[in-house]
Amino acid sequence: MWRDNLRAIYYIVIKDMRTYYLKPPSVSWGIVFPIAWILAFYLRNSRSFEELVPGLIAMTILFSTTAAEAVVINFELRLGSLERLLLAPINLASVLVSKVLGGVTFGLLMTIVVTAGSAIILGVHPNLIYLILITIPSLLVFASLGALLCVLVKEVFEAQTLLNLPRFLMIFLCGVVYPISAMPAGLRYFAHFMPLTYTVDGLRCSFTNSSITPVIIDTLFLTGFLVLFLFPALSLLQKRFE
Amino acid sequence: MAIIQASDLTKCFGTFLAVDHINFAVEKGEVFGFLGPNGAGKTTTIRMLTGLSKPTTGKASILGFDIDSEIVKAKKHIGVVPEISNLYDELSAIDNLLFMAQLYGVPRRKRREKAEELLKIFRLYERKDSSFRTFSRGMKRALTIAAALIHNPEVLFLDEPTVGLDVVAARSLRNLISNLHQQGITIFLTTHYLEEADLLCDRVAIVVKGRILAIDTPQVLKAKTDKKSLEEAFMKITGLEPEVLAIEKGK
Repeated sequence: MWRDNLRAIYYIVIKDMRTYYLKPPSVSWGIVFPIAWILAFYLRNSRSFEELVPGLIAMTILFSTTAAEAVVINFELRLGSLERLLLAPINLASVLVSKVLGGVTFGLLMTIVVTAGSAIILGVHPNLIYLILITIPSLLVFASLGALLCVLVKEVFEAQTLLNLPRFLMIFLCGVVYPISAMPAGLRYFAHFMPLTYTVDGLRCSFTNSSITPVIIDTLFLTGFLVLFLFPALSLLQKRFE
Repeated sequence: MAIIQASDLTKCFGTFLAVDHINFAVEKGEVFGFLGPNGAGKTTTIRMLTGLSKPTTGKASILGFDIDSEIVKAKKHIGVVPEISNLYDELSAIDNLLFMAQLYGVPRRKRREKAEELLKIFRLYERKDSSFRTFSRGMKRALTIAAALIHNPEVLFLDEPTVGLDVVAARSLRNLISNLHQQGITIFLTTHYLEEADLLCDRVAIVVKGRILAIDTPQVLKAKTDKKSLEEAFMKITGLEPEVLAIEKGK
């Protein structure tokens, strides 16, 4: 049975990449938008590229993983094509995992492009082991967060609106553009409850070898967030089909 | 052995009883009609039997697989045509079928051959590269049925297959269902077109408000109610006859 589920997950990811992710709107949302934002902040307050790139990669991970979640979940729920998947020999958990892995795969592609581009154009080189230790769980966390927020609502536009709230909060509160240490104490407290804080911290360590917490602790926190987002998402989706 | 067996199958949505302790068995190769007015619980029953919804109480099995604990195993042997044609708008006809073949684990070397064979049977081969969204309602319906047959299922569930189709498309679909019946596929069909059921079904169950009021062959139901058509027999069994007469009188 697990082979049936794995096979179905693989083909659903391939189908979602073709149908939704590798399309101009997702690519622009996943890659152009973070670059434009970071450049805007850089021009306003220029810092070294080593300080800039972790924020850029973190934003790429955040935006690319959630770029098409509302479409792959809410739109398919509405049209009944998600239900169509459930008529095949596959369980609901595997359908959700396939939707999350679609976001992860697209996010990974975008992250590779941005990281390689940063290395070639800006001449910054990360510690690859740290980079992998942070990037993989971060991709899973934000794709799961996207899935959770999408199953909370019914309409695509509701999901998009709901997704923007944590996205923009995290940009400002998690050290992407301003260091957490430079923020007021109250906001610093909030930052610790947001997964992007650990992504940015780990990525900074990967590029500058300086971080607030050790990379492995960042990875553990991210794994905790993954559990916190993925299981409620599955539970909510199951309720839809009761 | 019955191919589909339901025992006291029940579904509640809050306090609303959608399916009320129904019992029936469908034999191999049979076309079994599940007839009833809107809101009778036909689609809810199909959803439970195909694993889209969990029964509140009761049991059911398909090909001996329990729908609660072994539904994934059962799904390998069943094809489902939902009321709404829900394939992927963005994919072409052939890509939709190939995707379904992948999901059902049809061997790689047989996928394209099987998909093209079905497209020819359903007279969609010429449009195999057109996206699903460009198809007419009848063509969408035909492709949805083709998708349900991609893995050679032993049991086919058809939920209101001819709803919204024009006369020609509906007739062609009925011929197709007859052909599938001749091939030995067990068919579970819901419809509220009683002539269609009379024409296609070996046996029918008449369902009202989630309860089965009668199960038998159309001929026996007509004889028992002393009516000439299944529609008239249906009206008598369901108690809708006086209501219809009153409407006709009012006219």
